[in-house]
Amino acid sequence: MKFLIKRFFELIPVIWGVGTIVFLLLHLIPGDPVDIMLGENALPAKRDSLRASLNLDKPLITQYGIFWKSVLSGNLGESYISRKPVADLLKERVFATFSLAFFSIIWALVISIPLGVLAAVFRRTLIDQAVLLISVFGVAMPNFWFGPLLVLFFSIQLGWLPVSEMNGFSSYILPSFTLGLGLSAILMRMTRATLVEVLTQDYIVTAKSKGISWWALYFKHALRNALIPLITLIGMQIGGLLAGAVITETIFDWPGIGELIYRGIQSRDFPVVQGAVLVIAFTYVAANTLADLSYSFANPRIRIE
Amino acid sequence: MKKLWKSKNFQLGFCLIIFLTLIGIFAPLISPEDPNHIAIERELCKPSLTNLLGCDSNGSDILSIIIFGTRVSLEIGVTVTFICAITGLLLGSLAGWLGGWVDTTLMRIIDIIFAFPGIILAIAIASALGPSKTNLIICLTLTGWAGYARLIRGEVLAVKNLEYIEAARSLGFGQWRILMFHIWPNIFSPLLVTATFGLAGTILAEASLSFLGIGVPPEIPSWGSLLSFGKDVILEAPHVSTFPGLAIMFSVLSFHLLGEGLRRAVDPKSDR
Repeated sequence: MKFLIKRFFELIPVIWGVGTIVFLLLHLIPGDPVDIMLGENALPAKRDSLRASLNLDKPLITQYGIFWKSVLSGNLGESYISRKPVADLLKERVFATFSLAFFSIIWALVISIPLGVLAAVFRRTLIDQAVLLISVFGVAMPNFWFGPLLVLFFSIQLGWLPVSEMNGFSSYILPSFTLGLGLSAILMRMTRATLVEVLTQDYIVTAKSKGISWWALYFKHALRNALIPLITLIGMQIGGLLAGAVITETIFDWPGIGELIYRGIQSRDFPVVQGAVLVIAFTYVAANTLADLSYSFANPRIRIE
Repeated sequence: MKKLWKSKNFQLGFCLIIFLTLIGIFAPLISPEDPNHIAIERELCKPSLTNLLGCDSNGSDILSIIIFGTRVSLEIGVTVTFICAITGLLLGSLAGWLGGWVDTTLMRIIDIIFAFPGIILAIAIASALGPSKTNLIICLTLTGWAGYARLIRGEVLAVKNLEYIEAARSLGFGQWRILMFHIWPNIFSPLLVTATFGLAGTILAEASLSFLGIGVPPEIPSWGSLLSFGKDVILEAPHVSTFPGLAIMFSVLSFHLLGEGLRRAVDPKSDR
């Protein structure tokens, strides 16, 4: 419990730092949001009144204060472009991104665990080498090439799956596979490494000498213990997954947060980008904390100070 | 060292990297054409004897773009990785060695950088600074050094209280001398391994940003921007995206093979 409280207080400077960096970056980006909203030929009086209503005429430090005040009161502001509250825009998008990330993790697990186990069981054989090759391929394949290739093959040539946009379960298959590929490569290596480690331990040798079936040996005794670091690793990779989502969402026209950020930065829609980045950073920090906690709960030998 | 040379991964990775480096260095000599040469009449032409890998939508020779793209990718990859590794080494050593508030402050800054998905910070910085090679290097460095610093700090903490450091201290050696001659040699191998994988990551990141149109400016030939154009014409001219895709994949792959070989050589535990 003490650890929980301590972790919680450690999160505060991180969230503050993330917010401050986002705020500063966006206000340092050249380009005036008023120009984008009204066009460059708008009347000066109209521009001034809009600027005043957005608080853009105030000094940076005042704007910074206003930014935190509204964030802390749960108000993320209004989009400069669509004039909708940012919180509503995010609500529409959070589901798309999180569900995409969820299915990517499922893909990654479905691919990585069987292959990782295979590699560990048949270590130092051709099978092990083949799995290593697959995992290196998974890391090296740029997802902005892999995605379009999948679309070309499965959607256009074979016509099995939708090309892009979020529309029902089948539309999840290609984007989540694209996004999950990199993660599956990392998990595959981790599964192999931890399983190899576990398989040399005394209790496995004991279990083996008792003559239990290989199924029970690998899946009941060994894999269960190898899963702990895997869960932690997934927690730590959430950030990478959300970052990859920016590209995956742009490729597949996916209505998620990543695409929102990308478009928001391009159109200088400050409040939208601020809100979206804060949500992502918060998710990431929360996932990391949970991963840390799960680690110390699952393995009491590890006590994080 | 012997073990390193025996590793098939290392051999293959090493040869591929030498090959890429030679292409990068001699790009102007081996490139069949100026990569920015526009010849609209042969727009999207298929691979042929005159244009081995075909042409893009401007009619520019794809092979030449890929050759010059190698140069850009390696240049940015090596520069960023080098600056990040050195910054990480210095800051990580300071944090681990001095401890106290220096350590706490630095670790919090690293937490903040890690809390941003790298590419989002990079997109924001890249659009703040505008597209140019230098800005791309700045932006990838700003997001990249933290991983190295965290690694080095951990390694320094691990050796800091060992007996031989104690001995060096009791001999009255200065702090810098201990760091440079007694600690750094011991953390060099993990740094090298991480940097090799980091280089692969940087090449991929550069390509991603160029793909999104916020990496290198359009007049500089790059794999990422070529792929981005190729994506739009993937139906009628799949070769435009295939070749830069393969180039990115092979370069990342070769650094991974090299890193894997290095890791196995320096950490026997991972070779089981």
